[in-house]
Amino acid sequence: MRTELLVNGVTRVVEVEPRKSLLDCLREDFSLTGTHAGCEHGVCGACTILLDGGPVRSCLILACQADGYAITTIEGVAPAPGELSVVQDAFCETHGLQCGYCTPGMILTAHALLADVENPSRAMIVESISGNICRCTGYGQIIEAIELAADRLRKANTPRDLISLSPRLGTPHQDLAPADAPEKGILEAADTDMPYGGAA
Amino acid sequence: MTQAPFRFVSTNRRVREDRRFVVGKGHYIGDIALEDMLHVALVPSQYPAARIVAIDAAAARAMPGVHYVLTGEELAGAVDPLMNGLDTPNVQRFPLAVGQTRYAGEWVAAVVADNRALAEDAAEQVRVDYEPLPFLIDPEKALDPASPTVHAAHGSNVLLDKLFVWGDVDTHFAESPRHLSFRVTWGRSSTVPIETFGVLASWDPWREILDVWASIQMPKFPDQIARALRIPANCVRVHQDVDVGGSYGVKRGIKHTVLVAHLTRRLGRPVRLIEDRLENMRAGDAHGPDRLFDVEIAFNDDGIIKSMKMRALDNAGAYAGRAPFQLGKPIGAIVGPYKIESVQYRAQSVTTNKAVEEAVRGFGQSPTNYAIETALDKAAAACGLDRIEIRRRNFIRADEFPYLIPSGSRYDSGDYHAVVEKVLRHADYAALVAERDGLRKEGLLAGIGVSACLEPSGGNSSFEPLLNEKNQTSTWMESARINVDGLGFVSVMIHTTSAGQGHETLAATVVAEVLQIDPDRIRITRPDSLASLPSNSPVGSRMAIMLGGACFHAAQRLKDKLVKIGAYRLGIAPEAAIYEAGGVADAAGRRLDWPDLVNIAHRNFHLLPPDTEPGLEATYVMQVPTGTKLPENGRTQMYPCHSFEFHLVLIALDPVLGKPDIRRYVIGHDCGTVINPHIVKGMTLGGIAHGIGAALLEEFVYDDEGQMLTQSFMDYLLPSAHEVPPIEIVHHCTPSPFTVFGQKGSGESGYLGAPAAISSALNDAVAPLGLSFSKLPIRISAISDAIAAAHSKETKA
Repeated sequence: MRTELLVNGVTRVVEVEPRKSLLDCLREDFSLTGTHAGCEHGVCGACTILLDGGPVRSCLILACQADGYAITTIEGVAPAPGELSVVQDAFCETHGLQCGYCTPGMILTAHALLADVENPSRAMIVESISGNICRCTGYGQIIEAIELAADRLRKANTPRDLISLSPRLGTPHQDLAPADAPEKGILEAADTDMPYGGAA
Repeated sequence: MTQAPFRFVSTNRRVREDRRFVVGKGHYIGDIALEDMLHVALVPSQYPAARIVAIDAAAARAMPGVHYVLTGEELAGAVDPLMNGLDTPNVQRFPLAVGQTRYAGEWVAAVVADNRALAEDAAEQVRVDYEPLPFLIDPEKALDPASPTVHAAHGSNVLLDKLFVWGDVDTHFAESPRHLSFRVTWGRSSTVPIETFGVLASWDPWREILDVWASIQMPKFPDQIARALRIPANCVRVHQDVDVGGSYGVKRGIKHTVLVAHLTRRLGRPVRLIEDRLENMRAGDAHGPDRLFDVEIAFNDDGIIKSMKMRALDNAGAYAGRAPFQLGKPIGAIVGPYKIESVQYRAQSVTTNKAVEEAVRGFGQSPTNYAIETALDKAAAACGLDRIEIRRRNFIRADEFPYLIPSGSRYDSGDYHAVVEKVLRHADYAALVAERDGLRKEGLLAGIGVSACLEPSGGNSSFEPLLNEKNQTSTWMESARINVDGLGFVSVMIHTTSAGQGHETLAATVVAEVLQIDPDRIRITRPDSLASLPSNSPVGSRMAIMLGGACFHAAQRLKDKLVKIGAYRLGIAPEAAIYEAGGVADAAGRRLDWPDLVNIAHRNFHLLPPDTEPGLEATYVMQVPTGTKLPENGRTQMYPCHSFEFHLVLIALDPVLGKPDIRRYVIGHDCGTVINPHIVKGMTLGGIAHGIGAALLEEFVYDDEGQMLTQSFMDYLLPSAHEVPPIEIVHHCTPSPFTVFGQKGSGESGYLGAPAAISSALNDAVAPLGLSFSKLPIRISAISDAIAAAHSKETKA
């Protein structure tokens, strides 16, 4: 059936079987593969997306049911190619992940929490991520990441709704060519001998 | 921690892999799609054991979009049995059941369709006629010759039954004034990664090459595929740039891979199989040890344990898998951190009609540690000693390393007493005891748990020749290759997949340390298996030691070449040259910088020293340190390094509810020199969380009908953020003398001691009621039932 979905700020039209989950639709029809299948029965949270800003299991909602909601996937979070949101950067800072499989769901859940709560307690963070199972980290560094992100967001001199997540964040960026790649032709090796690789 | 002169090693640098994962740009098996790709769903056996009378796939085949239905019979005619490792040729395992099924859920047929949903629809239309056969679930019954045999051709259910006697056990037992014996049981759980196993294979009949992408953590993976398919190994190309969504041992996927490899060859199109959660839990062949231990110890009134007899009976499930070897690795630390002088160890592995076991974090060490630590707690109780004091009395002392244990391994280094003291000081042990006693006064049950154990690390395979004399393997190498391109940029090639262990960060850090260049400028690549040097994948807590070691030595070779080139150009002897930050200088300060050296190597053959190859490239294939020979007389040097951990836990619980609440969790951890502190911390915390699961929640439970009851995450409970308390890590560093930076392994840390510590705490909590728990997991229901039974007994009395 024909379904209109607002994904990361862009309306997309897709022909889906009524039985198709939003998870499968995002992955297969839109190639938004950052949303992961974990248990496909609503327990593990790896498939978490935001629906109108709130975390939802994309394995438990049909694609056609999501018509009319603003969907945010992990691809809609980073502000620009090569850049990270405050939350994403905090996860890197504390190493709040290992294999990365639960990470998109975890980060979207954290974004949803921090959009609502400026200064969450540890208990609130635990409660908010308790629906996202991580088998690698034991959660310690994830909780540290969210605390760090909350702290940075509080201190940032920017309106909160711009730096935290909201459905109005822009389109998922296209992969661009590396900015430092030559526009055309190949650099002549002998002309470019410079200590790019050297400095400690 | 000793102050080491490191620039990058042991510094809190970010983990480079994290950037791609936080934006959802990992490259997992589910993200890889080829044009024309077909999808597989499996038909599961309804019975724990049944003869397959007939398979009627006509209705399934007739469905639109369905391309093929493969049966075990056809597959067995086309491929060889999967590698086993033991000398049990009649325990044959194929990806699909052949002639009979041996556990509930076992794959009987594979349906191939245009998409997974169609394949699942069609799988439901495959009709299988079964004739149910007698089955068994209990490992002790499996030993009874009157019981049904899982593999009739094998003649019994015994896969392995080996008795080792190391030292004068009989004399030590006869001379010891005190003995005690007990049984503990380790329930069948696993690592259960959030990403299930998946594999995509594509056969090109003109190039004669099988391309494989898989969510894999399997040593000798391409070899095993080639052998099973009876094709040359250089026709198998495994792509190693696949991010693995968690493994912790289990992602061995050989049966899945042989299945899709056969299908792509049969159908001429790429074929992908990604398990759903049910397939993964029930028949992914990825369960962990399922083991009972009968332990007897001989000790004196001072609590000094002289000798131990241990029998470990493991329920391997329906096929051998890697399960039996998980009885072998613990031989390398069979006395734990203690000076037990002699050991008798009987390792038994039997088949039953349960799903197949696979390697799980620690490869059998965590269950064994649980048994040893239980013995220490019981001996302390028998002697009226404090549980920490008895450990102190039995610990190997820091001045006794390297220390040879009875089973033939020499422990590299450690300072167990120092770690314990640090933890007690950090936790304020007296205050912790007071807190426990205060909780008890409030009417709660409360207990303190301790465990002290080793993490053998370095991933040798010497348990294989030890348990199977026909296996003469004495190397388990790892490799690295470094290339500096014509513009001076450095690439390091590693030859395995990773499942979150941060190997790219490890390799970059080590190479940068040696070459004194910026790690962030180093590119790490993973060539496919045909372009790879020998590797054995990240098993056995080995990568810091083995990949780190290989990177170190390759970088040394590269540095030597830079020095040689620089010294020649400066007209001095290489020994007189000074290497610093990528440049080479002489004593007078004349210096050639990195670009100069790169330029000479890549463009100025006329300036190179005689007999020097152009370019800047170095490789190193590393043998496991201390891995010099085959086992002798049932003794072997198992792993080279031995990390130490000491757990201290306070648990409180309401006697009516029975729900354990971990109030305090402190771990002292010594894995030698830490290469990346973030990674080691994550491994330790994650390992403890996994151990909490194994101790309190997780079990694959089978009912009397042979059906697995815990088939979803609503029955098989994984620890959430609620169940894992804040954990305090107390660091200690005793460098290993056998590794390049003094590093040891840490990939299994936390998990190896957490179950023992939690069991210890719960037993301390219920001891006042005269109760004790001897089986993991200790579920809430088991706790509350035991307490209720104790109370009702009390009331009656």
